[in-house]
Amino acid sequence: MSAEKIYNFMGFRKLAAACSVVLLLVSIGALAVNGLKFGLDFTGGSLVEIGYEQPADLNKIRDQLKGVGYEDAVVQTFGSPTDILIRLGEDHDPKLGDKVLSALQQGETQQLNLRRNEYVGAQVGEELREQGGMGMLLALFMIMVYVAFRFQIKFSLGAVAALAHDVLIVLGFFALFQIDFDLTVLAAVLAVIGYSLNDTIVVSDRIRENFRKMRKGTALEIMNASLSQTLGRTMVTSLTTLLVLMALATFGGEMIHGFAIALLVGVLVGTYSSIYVAANVLVMMNISKEDLMPPEEKEEEVDDRP
Amino acid sequence: MLNRYPLWKNLLILFVLVLGGLYAAPNIYPDDYAIQLTGTRDVFEVDQPLLDRVTASLEREGISIKSAEVDKNAGLIRFPDGETQLKAKDIVHRVVGDDYIVALNLAPTTPDWLTSMGAGPMKLGLDLRGGVHFLLEVDLPKAVNQKLENYASEIKGRLREEKLRYRKLDTLEDGGLAIKFSKLEDREAAVSLLRKEYQEFLVTADDAEGGFFAVVNLTEQAIADIETYAIKQNLTTLRNRVNELGVAEPLVQRQGRNRIVVQLPGIQDTAAAKKIIGKTATLEFRLEAKPGSSSARTEVYEFRSEPGRRATLEKDVIIKGDNVSNAQASFDENGQPQVNITLDSKGGELMARATKNAIQRRMAVLFVEDKERTVRKVVDGEQVVEKVRYTEKNIISLATIQAVLGSQFRITGLDGAGESSELALLLRAGALAAPIYFVEERTVGPSLGAQNIESGMISVQIGLALVLLFMLVYYRVFGLLANIALGFNLMLLIAVMSMLSATLTLPGIAGIVLTVGMAVDANVLIFSRIKEELKNGLPPQSAINAGFGRAFTTIFDANITTLLAAVILFAMGTGPVKGFAITLSVGILTSMFTAILVTRALVNLTYGGRQISKLSI
Repeated sequence: MSAEKIYNFMGFRKLAAACSVVLLLVSIGALAVNGLKFGLDFTGGSLVEIGYEQPADLNKIRDQLKGVGYEDAVVQTFGSPTDILIRLGEDHDPKLGDKVLSALQQGETQQLNLRRNEYVGAQVGEELREQGGMGMLLALFMIMVYVAFRFQIKFSLGAVAALAHDVLIVLGFFALFQIDFDLTVLAAVLAVIGYSLNDTIVVSDRIRENFRKMRKGTALEIMNASLSQTLGRTMVTSLTTLLVLMALATFGGEMIHGFAIALLVGVLVGTYSSIYVAANVLVMMNISKEDLMPPEEKEEEVDDRP
Repeated sequence: MLNRYPLWKNLLILFVLVLGGLYAAPNIYPDDYAIQLTGTRDVFEVDQPLLDRVTASLEREGISIKSAEVDKNAGLIRFPDGETQLKAKDIVHRVVGDDYIVALNLAPTTPDWLTSMGAGPMKLGLDLRGGVHFLLEVDLPKAVNQKLENYASEIKGRLREEKLRYRKLDTLEDGGLAIKFSKLEDREAAVSLLRKEYQEFLVTADDAEGGFFAVVNLTEQAIADIETYAIKQNLTTLRNRVNELGVAEPLVQRQGRNRIVVQLPGIQDTAAAKKIIGKTATLEFRLEAKPGSSSARTEVYEFRSEPGRRATLEKDVIIKGDNVSNAQASFDENGQPQVNITLDSKGGELMARATKNAIQRRMAVLFVEDKERTVRKVVDGEQVVEKVRYTEKNIISLATIQAVLGSQFRITGLDGAGESSELALLLRAGALAAPIYFVEERTVGPSLGAQNIESGMISVQIGLALVLLFMLVYYRVFGLLANIALGFNLMLLIAVMSMLSATLTLPGIAGIVLTVGMAVDANVLIFSRIKEELKNGLPPQSAINAGFGRAFTTIFDANITTLLAAVILFAMGTGPVKGFAITLSVGILTSMFTAILVTRALVNLTYGGRQISKLSI
């Protein structure tokens, strides 16, 4: 009795590869042309959040700020029309929040209140950018080592290719739409690594199992069988995670909005990449049964040498 | 028999769940608004009579109190709501005066039997409860430089004592000292003296043109020691200052090589907090230069209160603010403000030695403040903003030394009572071993914090509800069992977070939400395996067994790799990234436990050990 319908995933692998290449090119292009719009955490500067009682008039606020000498102020609403976020350049002043508040309070009948007043040094931004980058590289390296140890080096390359693919596309998405890239988004990108990895390992695990178990069949047939068997699980898990993320994006508040968006994109791309990218890389490297001989035998071989 | 756990395994799971329940329980109890009362120093004890006095005056003002207790020299008064708490603070402050710190606090209401087990609620991060966050940078090169200057004065003194005549002592740009001698034998004697007495130096002889030099450099070890000391000293000083501010549960912590994080929950007045914490000022005690001293050994400073008036002081510093062990502001016989100073033993010794031969000379108290100023300039057509650090030194007082000063003396000639009490506070709270600069500063309003908690909780609840519903519809009985396990998973996650006393932050909540989404994955893996095995024609009991068995390695590999990434995140990340990494790592561990063991136990209890023909999956 045949287990389940086997889909011809690998039949579309060239199309998928082309699709990935286009997505990657767009991402790299967006990153090169637009660049990431780094948030306050990275660029340094001041941020003041003011709560109004009634919906605020952004243009009026800009004029009021210009009037007191804040020419470069960026004014936007934050979550609701009554919450205003003001971003200023390099001003380092503990009283900045109060100054902005009193400037805006002038001629205003409603009571404004200061929600947040942040100053972040640019030097920290630089350091964090380096640390964040280093963290990601180190994470990738450790993952490669672990997967090479538990599976095989070709799987390790496949997993890392899938990771890099997902991370680049998420970054590209943020560059393309010029969404603020702050620390919570960085955290999300790192979470995408975790998620994409989780997915890729599950699929790789099945591929490894089937290579050992299935007596006959080409690499492509084994891939198709493995992907078809794990398809149900991949879909259910992605769906539940997406459900939660959508709740987060809709109800989580403005401060984690970027986080939720990054993960939504990451999970979508991650689901696709666990089906196509990792498997595609394995096919391209001519994965074969010999690659997946149980490790015990290899060890014996080594031991036999003088 | 297939699919039955031995009794011990069921009991073990039950035990872990009960334990988790107990440690998660404190989070159900809401915090009380409270005022915490502590003495500024050990002499001011908080005891029952004092507390009774305070509660009596609160009652007179018509303020209702929930309870008041004394515990380990600290008093805790609980109030029914935040408004009463704020009103009460001023009254309490008026009753106890400046010798006690009156801090607003949130007191846990965890029952005693839970507290005695070491259980307590999770801590909330600043983004969730409101407060101030500072990131300070310690100027370590400056610390090394200052230390080197101290050594320079000390070495000069030793050389004079040994009657070794040197012509000149210079500080080198690379951070060493060059001493020039006119005679070779003096140089030789000095080199061997320095080598013997100063282990922290590398002493080399150098015969350059124009004289015999001894070049003195700090060893790498010595520099590292100075830096470690500077950070430690600054941490202590900052802790003292934060205590003076009277904040409950403050955080003062080293971060990286030269950074210090200060978090003050509940404080909203950044300016006031910054004024006290950021005080980089210290004092230096120096003698006024004798008339006709060479300008190489003297420096001219302005008076703080009278710009334009100057005095010439010796370059050598007698002692600095960090030798001061206590300082109190008071008034002298004529009602003039003064500060009574007590020095530590080393400071007293140095002061006595310096003033012994200086009776009738004048001693200056220099106010030293490290500042930072923003300079905008144009480089290559682009405007560049640069932070320039500089030190400002002004004379506070210049008084004639009447007698040899010991470890106790007083400073007069201050501008007013405000200045004397500020100076006393500053000296009492200790001086910084190296200047600090503010690199980062964040304030989160309490309303924003409350809003964050609310939206975070709502999204957790909605996300959870959606997942539970989906699992129930898709996997039916097995979905129900997975949902129960997911509930336990959240409980365990909260319990572990509470046990570790990890701080819950907004990204942490996001991490929990993500864990909820991913925790289901392990069960999905198991269930889809079971379904597959059923399709392959295996009888239900064997299918369950095979499903759990086969899925295990997959779950293990997938989770361990994710955990690996989370741990690296935790190690490398700061702030929000760290908060996220904690919940994610803990979440992975607890979800592995619940998804594999708890779900299996539940499945075993439902289906195990009997004949079944059909599974509801």
